[in-house]
Amino acid sequence: MACESWQAQLDTYLDNELPSEEMKQFDAHVRNCASCAAEALARVQMKRSVRAAGQAFAPSAEFRARMQKRVAQQPRRTGRFAWILAPVAVALLAVVGTTVWERQRGAEQIYGEVADLHVATLASPTPVDVVSTDRHTVKPWFQGKIPFAFDLPELQNTEFSLLGGRMTYLEQVPGAHLIYQVRKHEISVFIFREASLPGHLGTGSRATKETSFSLESWSQGGLRYFVMGDASPADIENLASLFKGSQS
Amino acid sequence: MSGLASTSAQLFEELAMPLFDSLYNFAHWLTQNRDEAEDLVQETYAKALRGFSSFQVGTNFRAWMFRILRNTFLTSRTGLRATMTVQLDTDEGATEVAVEAATPETILLERATQEAVQSAIAELPVHFREVLLLCEVEEMSYQEIAETVAVPIGTVMSRLSRARKLLRERLRAQTQTVPSQKGMTHGV
Repeated sequence: MACESWQAQLDTYLDNELPSEEMKQFDAHVRNCASCAAEALARVQMKRSVRAAGQAFAPSAEFRARMQKRVAQQPRRTGRFAWILAPVAVALLAVVGTTVWERQRGAEQIYGEVADLHVATLASPTPVDVVSTDRHTVKPWFQGKIPFAFDLPELQNTEFSLLGGRMTYLEQVPGAHLIYQVRKHEISVFIFREASLPGHLGTGSRATKETSFSLESWSQGGLRYFVMGDASPADIENLASLFKGSQS
Repeated sequence: MSGLASTSAQLFEELAMPLFDSLYNFAHWLTQNRDEAEDLVQETYAKALRGFSSFQVGTNFRAWMFRILRNTFLTSRTGLRATMTVQLDTDEGATEVAVEAATPETILLERATQEAVQSAIAELPVHFREVLLLCEVEEMSYQEIAETVAVPIGTVMSRLSRARKLLRERLRAQTQTVPSQKGMTHGV
């Protein structure tokens, strides 16, 4: 029949892959030809049902978390088999305690910088850029400003309150700085992407006392957290565990 | 110091993680098995990361990732088995396009459930299945599909057309088994 040549190109037309001039001619033809219009409609429906049926499989949450972690944790210096070696390296690190000595110095330096950030921020007349006690306001504020996402803990029935947040930099790495209050003490929470920071921090959670500050730092889901302030070590620990609990 | 390398790891994450769901779905369609799909995705990311330095920024990252995934699949045991059973079209490359008698497929498609469409897709030979999914689900252009599958655009078109034709035939067979004189149809 006359429409054979049109129908031979129908799929290409519906995939929007004809040159624009031919697309226009086709549009005009389909509007005036009942048989081509019916066929086009059928094929569009087919495309739709294939599209719907084709989105059949979603990765499990567990697999997503696993992959996210792997990709985010990409260490900088290590080479090709880093993924396979990472658990081995962690185990070795735990056993060979002596190397920790050297690392300590690097960590100490970073903790010192974090303490400086905390003090300098609180000394400023405008310590926070987003002033809000609502985590649902503060969290989205960071969107597009820092290259990762994080969750903020629910504070209801705790002694902590959120004052706000600001962007910060540690060793030229952008991160989130949140300020909390507990009984007139301000506590800073810093979050950075672990892979961006210059190593040496170890993987486990660590609490230390930096001069008059307490600090707890750990790595979770590819992010590095620092919780620090002049509140009691117990308060620091409580806030830290609220954070640990909120990141799933 | 490590700044440059770390930004590239960062860049990789930013580019690659948004594709995770799509890659997984595609992997599952190829392997037809959850565990194998996970292994395949994992291997794809590992390979992509290793080869990321050779990836040219500005070229099509998505096609690049899908290409790695599919090549990894095709060289796997399941993949080799899948391609072995394909009687690759004799007239590959010749842009043969399916023309059929116009049947009101609307009616038959309404009756075809989502599961029926899914099993019909799953039954397609792998070379047809992949181009169909890249086109309909990933909404890739013919050019992108050609890049991903590493064949000329003409071949993409002929495979797509064959895939659609096979699919229509399968679905028609399924929906027509009801009162027709055909005793048995194969399939499920």
